[in-house]
Amino acid sequence: MSQKVLDALKATHGSGVDHTESQFGDDIAWVKREALLDIAIWLKTDPSMLFDAPVFCTAIDRLDWRPVGVPPSQHWNESKPRFEVAYQLRSQKHRHRVRIKIAVAEHDPRCPSLSGVWPAFNWQERETFDMYGIQFENHPDLRRIYMYEEFVGYPLRKDYPKEKRQPLVRRDDLPINPIKAGHQETK
Amino acid sequence: MAATRDITSLKQLVLGRKDVQDLIDEEIELPPDLMTINMGPSHPAMHGTVRIVLTVDGETIVKGDVQPGYLHRCFEKESEYATYTQVFPYTDRLNYVSPMLNNVGWAMAVEKLMGLTDQIPKRAEYIRVIVGEISRITDHLTCIGASAMELGAFAVFLFFLKAREWLYELLEKVSGARLTHSYVRIGGVVKDLPEGFCDELSYNLDQVAKVIVEVEGLLNANKIFRDRMAGIGKLTREEAIATGCVGPIARAAGVDYDVRKDYPYSVYPELEFDVPVGTTGDCLDRYLIRMEELKQSMRILRQCIAQIPGGSVMVDDHRVALPPKRDTYNTIESMIRHFKHIVDGIRVPAGEAYTFIEGGNGELGFYVAADGTGRPYKAYVRSPSFVHLSTAEKLITGHFIADVVPIFGMINMIGGECDK
Repeated sequence: MSQKVLDALKATHGSGVDHTESQFGDDIAWVKREALLDIAIWLKTDPSMLFDAPVFCTAIDRLDWRPVGVPPSQHWNESKPRFEVAYQLRSQKHRHRVRIKIAVAEHDPRCPSLSGVWPAFNWQERETFDMYGIQFENHPDLRRIYMYEEFVGYPLRKDYPKEKRQPLVRRDDLPINPIKAGHQETK
Repeated sequence: MAATRDITSLKQLVLGRKDVQDLIDEEIELPPDLMTINMGPSHPAMHGTVRIVLTVDGETIVKGDVQPGYLHRCFEKESEYATYTQVFPYTDRLNYVSPMLNNVGWAMAVEKLMGLTDQIPKRAEYIRVIVGEISRITDHLTCIGASAMELGAFAVFLFFLKAREWLYELLEKVSGARLTHSYVRIGGVVKDLPEGFCDELSYNLDQVAKVIVEVEGLLNANKIFRDRMAGIGKLTREEAIATGCVGPIARAAGVDYDVRKDYPYSVYPELEFDVPVGTTGDCLDRYLIRMEELKQSMRILRQCIAQIPGGSVMVDDHRVALPPKRDTYNTIESMIRHFKHIVDGIRVPAGEAYTFIEGGNGELGFYVAADGTGRPYKAYVRSPSFVHLSTAEKLITGHFIADVVPIFGMINMIGGECDK
């Protein structure tokens, strides 16, 4: 639909873009982690791009990625990054859409936060952190959002068993209970 | 003297104070420092279960920490272990006041991955639009009715719930369930509309239209209602876009964005309707937009009733359609097909796609990654409520505690959709 976005991205940020692809009309640009913030700001401000509206942010865990009908060389193995973070963007003016993807390794699950560029990603990055354990750098408030702070592990990772139960056991040593923090503030 | 002592002892008895001196004005003034109070998770004026930790300076909100998650039912994790068809009942429970729209969204997401989008029979598309628009009406009726009730207009709530019930009854006739319909299937819908449905719908729309006129008379020029809504929870156009707002909230702020118009899907290009856009971006505009959308949805429904073609309601594709029951019981091939369908699920080729429709609250999207098996590898729902709720902190800051109620009502946060 908007191949020109991908072409322009490759032309201006050639070194920061790994490769681009289109699936079912969705345009996807694989971006290097170091270049993400620059590309994000460019996508938001460049007059021909104007991706002013964020749509969603999530991640995919490729641990069990062994698709049917695809040669085994494309299956996931230890040598490939385990996670990918996806940002979907939309332009209110030009009506085009693009998905930015960043490959993130398991031993180093860091990703620059885009909540400074698009405020909507604040909560969505918190959700991704909560569910997948991706550490968003420079995020203003990286707390769990659906789960409780005492929760151990990341539930949407493929190695988190579906049947696993974790009863909530309150721990007062975690510095997160804002009610308590508030009372300490005000006394 | 005796009289004074009597009063003192009385005060000691009632208030537990040591002496009358305690009642001097300066000493009973409110403390000047900030106070932290908890609103929710189960508060009568909160639509879903959400907790707000408010830091207040007197009555003014300085900071509001909104904490969702009390209704988290692992939609995404469960979906990874369910077949594509088994996900439909889960989607019913996302936005539980407009389940049909969620059904349609999920079906369209899987159809996009299978390349079936263009092959859905016309009648099925029309039925999807009809049930979807009825759902949109029930969604808006609930939102406005509940918000008005929280502001004291109880009659409005009763009127709108009465109207909503008529529509629920219609959907019950279509699907067999009042609330959790699971009516849409990949490739079409599960069964045709019941006989005489369109006449009944037409009659009910007239009735609903009368209720809307009544409610407009009650609310639109109501001083109390307007004072509580106008100028409250304002968003500018730029803020609405940058915070990801969609649907009635964004349109109230002047963002001309409706998926049905901007990225047309299904049979919406054949239907005529307008997209109302507001100017001020406050709660009153959000209310007015929703009222207008009710009328536009009814306009769409009337066109659908007039235009709906005959024919099949399920795509004729063995990969997705269950064999007819008669064949299932009589031929071995159909029985095997039926069995594979139920046990293994519909095989969706590997790939990923993001599909979005206009839900009750705005762009409702499903981002699905398939790995060629009968179960999604990843199913993410882009829930508008979650995004809208993230703006709540900004909206309530600087307002009074009482203003949280209309702001939350007009955000229309649906717990099931927000918390997934």
